[in-house]
Amino acid sequence: MLSIKEIGKSFGGLKALSNISLDVKEGDIKALIGPNGAGKTTLLNIVSGIYQPDNGEVIFLGEKIVHLAPTKIARKGISRTFQHVELFGNMTVIENIMVGRHAKTKSGFFSSGFKLPFVMKEEREIQRKSEEILEYINLGHRKDEYASNLPIGEQRILEIGRALATEPRLVLLDEPAAGLNMRETRNLGEIIKRIRDELKITIVLVEHDMDLVMRISDSVTVLNFGEVIADGTPLEVQKNPEVIIAYLGDEEEIPRGYNAHT
Amino acid sequence: MKKGDLTAFLVFVLLIILLPVFSGSNYTLTVGIFSGINALVAIGLCILMGYAGQVSLGQAGFYGIGAYVSSVLSLHGGFPILISAILAMIVAAIAAMILAVPALRLKGHYLAVATLGFGEIIYIILNEWGPGGPSGFGDIPHFSFLGYAVDSTIGYFYLIWGLVAAVMFFSINLIHSRSGRALRAIHDSELACNAMGLNVVALKIKVFILSAVYASLAGSLYAHYVTFISPSSFSLFYSILVLMMVIVGGITNLWGAIIGAVVITVLPELLRRFEELDVLVYGLILTLSLMFFKKGLVPILIEKIKKLRGFAIAKH
Amino acid sequence: MLTVFLQFLFSGLTVGAVYALVGIGFNITYNATSIINLAQGEFVVIGGLMMWFFSESLQLPFFVSVALTIVTAGIVGLLMERLTIKPLKNPDLLLMIMITIAVSIVLRGVLMFSFGKNPYVYPSFTEGEPVSIYGAIIQQQTLWVIGITGFCIIVLFFFYKKTIVGKAMLACAVNPTAAQLVGINVSKMVMVSFVLSAIVGAIGGMAITPISLMEYDKGPMLAVKGFCAAIMGGLGSNRGAVLGGFLIGILESMTAGYIHSGMKDAIALIILLLILFFKPAGIFVSKTMLQLRKF
Repeated sequence: MLSIKEIGKSFGGLKALSNISLDVKEGDIKALIGPNGAGKTTLLNIVSGIYQPDNGEVIFLGEKIVHLAPTKIARKGISRTFQHVELFGNMTVIENIMVGRHAKTKSGFFSSGFKLPFVMKEEREIQRKSEEILEYINLGHRKDEYASNLPIGEQRILEIGRALATEPRLVLLDEPAAGLNMRETRNLGEIIKRIRDELKITIVLVEHDMDLVMRISDSVTVLNFGEVIADGTPLEVQKNPEVIIAYLGDEEEIPRGYNAHT
Repeated sequence: MKKGDLTAFLVFVLLIILLPVFSGSNYTLTVGIFSGINALVAIGLCILMGYAGQVSLGQAGFYGIGAYVSSVLSLHGGFPILISAILAMIVAAIAAMILAVPALRLKGHYLAVATLGFGEIIYIILNEWGPGGPSGFGDIPHFSFLGYAVDSTIGYFYLIWGLVAAVMFFSINLIHSRSGRALRAIHDSELACNAMGLNVVALKIKVFILSAVYASLAGSLYAHYVTFISPSSFSLFYSILVLMMVIVGGITNLWGAIIGAVVITVLPELLRRFEELDVLVYGLILTLSLMFFKKGLVPILIEKIKKLRGFAIAKH
Repeated sequence: MLTVFLQFLFSGLTVGAVYALVGIGFNITYNATSIINLAQGEFVVIGGLMMWFFSESLQLPFFVSVALTIVTAGIVGLLMERLTIKPLKNPDLLLMIMITIAVSIVLRGVLMFSFGKNPYVYPSFTEGEPVSIYGAIIQQQTLWVIGITGFCIIVLFFFYKKTIVGKAMLACAVNPTAAQLVGINVSKMVMVSFVLSAIVGAIGGMAITPISLMEYDKGPMLAVKGFCAAIMGGLGSNRGAVLGGFLIGILESMTAGYIHSGMKDAIALIILLLILFFKPAGIFVSKTMLQLRKF
């Protein structure tokens, strides 16, 4: 579904990414992990169009998307969440989702101002669909609260809900578990799995929470210092010595029986 | 329309209809007319600033375009007034688009100064090349529609406030619509908007054009009412005045724009006795409102009312 | 030909010097606070009108008048900062713009009330024959304006580069929290920056009045042109403001002389818009600086 080919990106003198290549299969939950500063968010930003890479290509559903603006890429079917939650704080929970429906609807300034019948119809549809999504992510009870008043766990879920409103084929999640406790993380994991299983949406997940990653991912790519150092199933990657060194340092002793899958 | 807005709208329409009945003096009505004209500009700026989060110190430019284009077309071109006014709005829209495309990439101070520069350039153009130059010109035909001319004070009062009501209807619908949500979302996070597929640039340009068109309409009405115009009415001072109206009334509230317009229009009348102090008092009022009533009159009033209701409920 | 050209050039340098000083005033405030003080132009007017008041109305000696004018300007800057800037905790950008505009209106109102709408003038600093350069007649006051501006620029250069206070002020704009943590009294720096920018503006006003007179409402136009000068080198760069100011002055003068005098004000505005639209970081600025600027 998504092919990243030989992407490179530098910021001034700092080489953030070199020769990154990886593939995401349709229907997979693909995790992108690596120590801080490895370039994971930079890669997401390139895929979603916020950054232009220095070289390389990104192919989504057979189409080259590297030089498209974020708005265009979103309309092609890629949606995302952000490392620092980018909700519309001064709007209510339901309104946040409704904005997600924007790209799928078309009432303009003129027709809205004059309250033309098709506008009213579309508005009802937006309301209905948004409530549906809200129920799906179990935030219906927060419908009319201001988004900025929600606890961080719910905010992250809301951001995912908003991404769902755009009817994406692929969703990029940037550290959705950051700041969440164990219960909230489990809940998040459930929702992500449901989105993939029930809505048939492919997921790319940037995460630090290894428990979550190992539990729900089908495939894992590991980045370190802007390069891919491993790519495979969670089990394969876990056992990869380079990965272990990247995270734990050049330790000779690896605790016996270390298994993140418990 | 939400309940609160509907009530407000009905009260508003009622007030418009009744005001001439209770206080029909020519003087009151004239002040009312100018308040209404200013309200139109203020509402447009309010949508731009309070909802979309942009800023403009150049509304006087669009106001001036509305006045001059409509006057010239009807006076020298023989166009019917309505057509002239509509063509003026189109010119203003084009000017807004030309300005908006480069300017809306800027933020904050830079955008403010860019719009200021635009307003000043329009002023200079009107001053140098407008009919009559700095002295302006007259004999502008009164507003007329299908042969029926409006030439009485009370006629203009109803015409202008009727248009304000229509514009408010349009604007309230807009704010509560998909587009209104999009504008508010842009105000909160452009990054997220782009990621959700909103064409942020196009939306910003559209709302900018909207505010320009409102100002242009106001300018045309002004010209056909006073029948004599000169560039001095369309200077930076007017742009700042409109900004004051929006801020004093409450940036995030459309009704605030109307109240702010009324307050700021009525103020000079009250200050007339001060003569040379009027600029100073203007400045002081503005400074004090900005510092102490940051949110604006209407939101503060609403808060006070809510608090009172809270007391009333608590007492029971 | 050359004579005419030189005439325009020098008149351009003269107005340009004032624009440069206004631009520097903007930079001083911006460098310490990240605020753009749209009342900057009023300080120039204060300089001119107060100088008239002290030297002509009160008939005080020249240097006493100069000193008193500077003190007055400084006090106005101080009051502005203490009364309107300091009380606001964490204001948002729009509010700051509005407040500085509001203060400029207040100042204008005070000036209008005190001085009326008439233009004021006082004699040049030195009496004497105009200088002749290749046939162009240059008033002595013109040389004073350019000289005084140059002097201010040099003093400010040393202030920022060599003195602790100057460096401290720069630190405040870049990162006020960090500045506080290293012991810089940020609020004092803010105050100093306003006072300093007011004085710089007033000096410009004092110098230019004998040539072009001074009226209560010259402030806004000066502010717009001075701001244009300030952003030419990238906001915050005094070198850029100086070059920008002189450039605008010269272009203005040439436009008025060779093309059409009514267009004179428009040229600065057009330059302003062109820069804002195409190179908001400034045109005398290096690539790395471009990446660090935030708009």
